[in-house]
Amino acid sequence: MPLLDVRNLSTSFHLRSGIVRAAQNISLTLEKGETLGIVGESGSGKSVTCYSILQLIPQPPGRIESGEVLFEGRDLLKLSESEMRSIRGKRISMIFQDPMTSLNPYLRISTQLIEAIRVHDNMDEDAALKKAITALEEVGIPDAASRVRSYPHEFSGGMRQRVMIAMALVNDPDLLIADEPTTALDVTVQAQVLDIIKERQRRLGTAVILVTHDLGVVAGTCDKVQVMYAGQVVESGTTDQVFYNPQHAYTRSLQKAIPSLQAKNEALYTIAGTPPDLSKPVLGCAFYPRCPFPKVKDQDGPAPELTELSGGHCVRDCGYCDRTKPIETVLAQDVVAEETP
Amino acid sequence: MLKFIAARFGQGLLVLLAIYALTFMLVALTPGSPFSTERAIRPEILAQIEAFYGYDKPPLERFWTSLTNALQGEFGPSAVYANRSVTDIILEAFPVSLTLGTISLLVALFIGIPAGILAAVKRNTWLDYLPMSASMVGICLPTFVLGPILVLVFGIIFQLLPVSGWFGPDYMVLPAATLGLFYAAYFARLTRGGMLEMLNQDFIRTARAKGVPESTIIWKHCLKGGLIPAITYLGPALAGIISGSFVVETIFQIPGLGQWFVKGALNRDDFLILGLTVLFAGLIVIMNLLVDIIQVALNPRLKYDR
Repeated sequence: MPLLDVRNLSTSFHLRSGIVRAAQNISLTLEKGETLGIVGESGSGKSVTCYSILQLIPQPPGRIESGEVLFEGRDLLKLSESEMRSIRGKRISMIFQDPMTSLNPYLRISTQLIEAIRVHDNMDEDAALKKAITALEEVGIPDAASRVRSYPHEFSGGMRQRVMIAMALVNDPDLLIADEPTTALDVTVQAQVLDIIKERQRRLGTAVILVTHDLGVVAGTCDKVQVMYAGQVVESGTTDQVFYNPQHAYTRSLQKAIPSLQAKNEALYTIAGTPPDLSKPVLGCAFYPRCPFPKVKDQDGPAPELTELSGGHCVRDCGYCDRTKPIETVLAQDVVAEETP
Repeated sequence: MLKFIAARFGQGLLVLLAIYALTFMLVALTPGSPFSTERAIRPEILAQIEAFYGYDKPPLERFWTSLTNALQGEFGPSAVYANRSVTDIILEAFPVSLTLGTISLLVALFIGIPAGILAAVKRNTWLDYLPMSASMVGICLPTFVLGPILVLVFGIIFQLLPVSGWFGPDYMVLPAATLGLFYAAYFARLTRGGMLEMLNQDFIRTARAKGVPESTIIWKHCLKGGLIPAITYLGPALAGIISGSFVVETIFQIPGLGQWFVKGALNRDDFLILGLTVLFAGLIVIMNLLVDIIQVALNPRLKYDR
């Protein structure tokens, strides 16, 4: 039995302007100790998927429409609010994107860490404080015993993200969901933060879901990858399968857009256009308007299904475009970018 | 912290001095004098009166005398009410206004802030719409309308409470309600706004992800930050409650300061005007200092010492 087995999870937001289908039919599995990377551009449904697992979606306007989130075989979506609370922060923890705003500026670090411990453990204040200090030392905060009394604004961004990680890991969760944990940090700090997560994972066997824009980070840390576009998984598989043998046009375009893989003194490759408006139903392949490959069929048709190619490598194979050529030979002017109004 | 309070206190004294000087100047520049009446007074009598009140001396000297007296707590005689000094009038009327103002402020806080919190937590339900509609009505309804309505309902129809005078606790209910409900409406809206802003912050999501129960999120994570707009308004509100109580004092026949404000201005009672202005200025300065201190206590990011 996998640690986490998400089946056909769909989440939408019911706004005045319409229903935004932010995540559609997301399925993923994660074993103990594994790392899953979720990549995709902003608005592709990565974060919504993560929040849905922990039911941190603001409801309303958000609504988890269907699906199952099986954690050790138990469907989290069927749990009561108080049962769910006993899982959040204890069995499944989360780290957020922006360390500057994710810690409460009105409360001391110690208060926030002790709270995270005592919500789940019947521990007295002093013992919890000791545990909090140990947790801060483990994420590499120097002089933790005195700095634990500080307020978040007295810490730098990287230090705050360390505090967030310490807080998320303080109860030794089985699963850590890291929602773009390094996006707001500079490169050297990024590497340190990822190392801390990896080190903890190695030591405690924590499973990790890592949401990121950075394909390099995925290649370096993840066992499996899911590529998301417009609220759907367009390709998934092991990191090797997806990186060495990308099938979907979007995955290939993303790879093509990695700056360090491109020749010097050449304009960077970008994917033209913008993602589709998710409040309108998308026919056929959602990536169709931006697809760099020659189109062979019209977009209107049934949405392609996620189908397995081999050994767990799945792709939402549209068959709307001809992907036989490498992207370089597809001329930029052939791309008809359909701007969403 | 102490350094900050001392600095603010010093600034407050300077502000008071400036207000004193400015008021003195404006009063002195205003044409006419407290002693001009419709009936002609014989010049030698007028000269005697002016000599008694010190008006025969040049303005700068008068200012100096009045300032040194004021520093000793003596604002001079009332120029109109014989045998009563401004300090007497203030000592007699201020406690009444202060009592009414304090009770009203408590009414405003104890109704407004819980209503605002409730509305924010239960936003977009009838527990939000009901108090918010009521507060809209409260803001729109002037005290001279609300006062008579309350008098009509509780004083005349149900005969539960006295409608005028100032003779005991039951006399305070209707005026304090009239004055307090108006400000309760403001506090409710400010608190709701502040709390909603807090509830939408990223760190609230963090707290939820930690498994913190909703009630702890509201009381521990939101309240400090959520109260800041309401606290900021506390200073102006108290000043408004005390100086703006004139209407309420008139409706309910309360011997407070409000009436003296108007009488002082109408009678050209120089000393009274000066005394009352400084009193209110002092009140506002003290309240703002108090609010600043509370702000620092609530928000750790504000540190004035460094």
